[in-house]
Amino acid sequence: MNSSFFHNKYKGIVIGGSAGSFKPITKLLADLPKDFPIPIFLCLHRLKHVRHGFIEALSIKSSKPILEPLDKEIVRPGMVYLAPANYHLCIELGNTMSLSTEGLVNNSRPAIDLTFKSAAYVYKEKLIGILFSGANKDGALGMKAIKDKGGVTIIQDPEESMMNTMPLSAKQVTEIDFCLEAEKITNFLLDLYKAYQK
Amino acid sequence: MQRDIEIAELRRLTQYIDDNFDYDFKNYAMSSFTRRVRRVIELYKFTSVEALIKKFKNNPSFFQEFVSEITVNVTEMFRDPTFWSSLRDEIIPDVIKEHRKISIWHAGCSSGEEVISMCILLKELDCLESATIVATDIDQSIINKAKKASFSAKNMELNKQNYERYGGKNDFLSYFVEDEGFFYIKPELIERVSFRVQDLVKGNPFSKFDLILCRNVMIYFNQTLQNEVLKKLHGSLFKYGNLAIGSKESLIWCDIANKFVVVNNEEKIYKKIKD
Repeated sequence: MNSSFFHNKYKGIVIGGSAGSFKPITKLLADLPKDFPIPIFLCLHRLKHVRHGFIEALSIKSSKPILEPLDKEIVRPGMVYLAPANYHLCIELGNTMSLSTEGLVNNSRPAIDLTFKSAAYVYKEKLIGILFSGANKDGALGMKAIKDKGGVTIIQDPEESMMNTMPLSAKQVTEIDFCLEAEKITNFLLDLYKAYQK
Repeated sequence: MQRDIEIAELRRLTQYIDDNFDYDFKNYAMSSFTRRVRRVIELYKFTSVEALIKKFKNNPSFFQEFVSEITVNVTEMFRDPTFWSSLRDEIIPDVIKEHRKISIWHAGCSSGEEVISMCILLKELDCLESATIVATDIDQSIINKAKKASFSAKNMELNKQNYERYGGKNDFLSYFVEDEGFFYIKPELIERVSFRVQDLVKGNPFSKFDLILCRNVMIYFNQTLQNEVLKKLHGSLFKYGNLAIGSKESLIWCDIANKFVVVNNEEKIYKKIKD
């Protein structure tokens, strides 16, 4: 792998997923070290009217605490933030997050495209976007925004994805830096972690 | 328009609007405001922010249309059912017990779904007659829609589900009259509501209330503006009056947070304890 990706300048990692992504993402969160320094923003399609349960389910195996941010909450290093049910999650200039009840985007709220695009605007080349399994196209244009701003784009290998529409759609609209099996995505982040230890 | 809207362009736009129409969007939250402006530009096929400003110059009446498009009007009846049940079981009975009447302000009422929820709730508590309700929004056309109070059958499905999750005991649809696929609220339910156009940013406090609902409104403001608006809401509450904000909003970061206590953290209901 090209070593130019392994530096310690990243400000954020955005992760999107829908059907079939819950398992690989819980695994990823379980395998990350507790002191993994880069803030992670999760935007996962979830049931609109179920406010509870999802974060608990995600947290069971996670080494790191997962939070649903409040509007205008400050981004802290090492935290994992989950887009709340029925809200879009955006990253704002000035290192805060904002929530929005704007209409559905790609039939979704939270929409991965909005989280990814807003993060791309704020973090530019210091952002990594990861898109997992899913059955619709949400996230594809978000990945394009990340690439256009010089960030890093990673998709779960469509061969491995339970639903491959989401990663494949991203691949159709933009350049993907890495197409990896879920386990290799974890390894990528673990290698990155080493760069932060130096 | 393919490229990003630049901050300098947004500044020119908000300055022009402030100078000419006396609306202040300068402290709206950046990412959502930019998205809304982009949406208007794409909807009306303008080529740039400059072209939008030019449209205002040539046709000032277009501004009201712009306001309608820029504001977010996504709402549901009984959104967050547990919030409504805590109003029903705790907050409102306490006020009624103490004062035998209640004054309520829906700040940023949009198309009125929460106003209707409130009226149904009060009716079922048998205290609708004891209530004074004011509902305001920045957008004249959405206020007109709220007054009309008609809802498509498609939206009613979700509203009904929310009502059932809230633990509503009646036949939800019995509060409405159906006509050609639309459901109209029975007029006697909302006859006590005064709908008005009011801008939370430029407008001043106009009365005092026992309960203010301002849910998912301030999320469209930056922190500076949240602070200013919270001061106005504070000034519009009686001492020990209640303020409800969205379930993912917080007062923690506001200057006057210490003038409130949390009544229900899960549902984000606060009580004013200091003037």
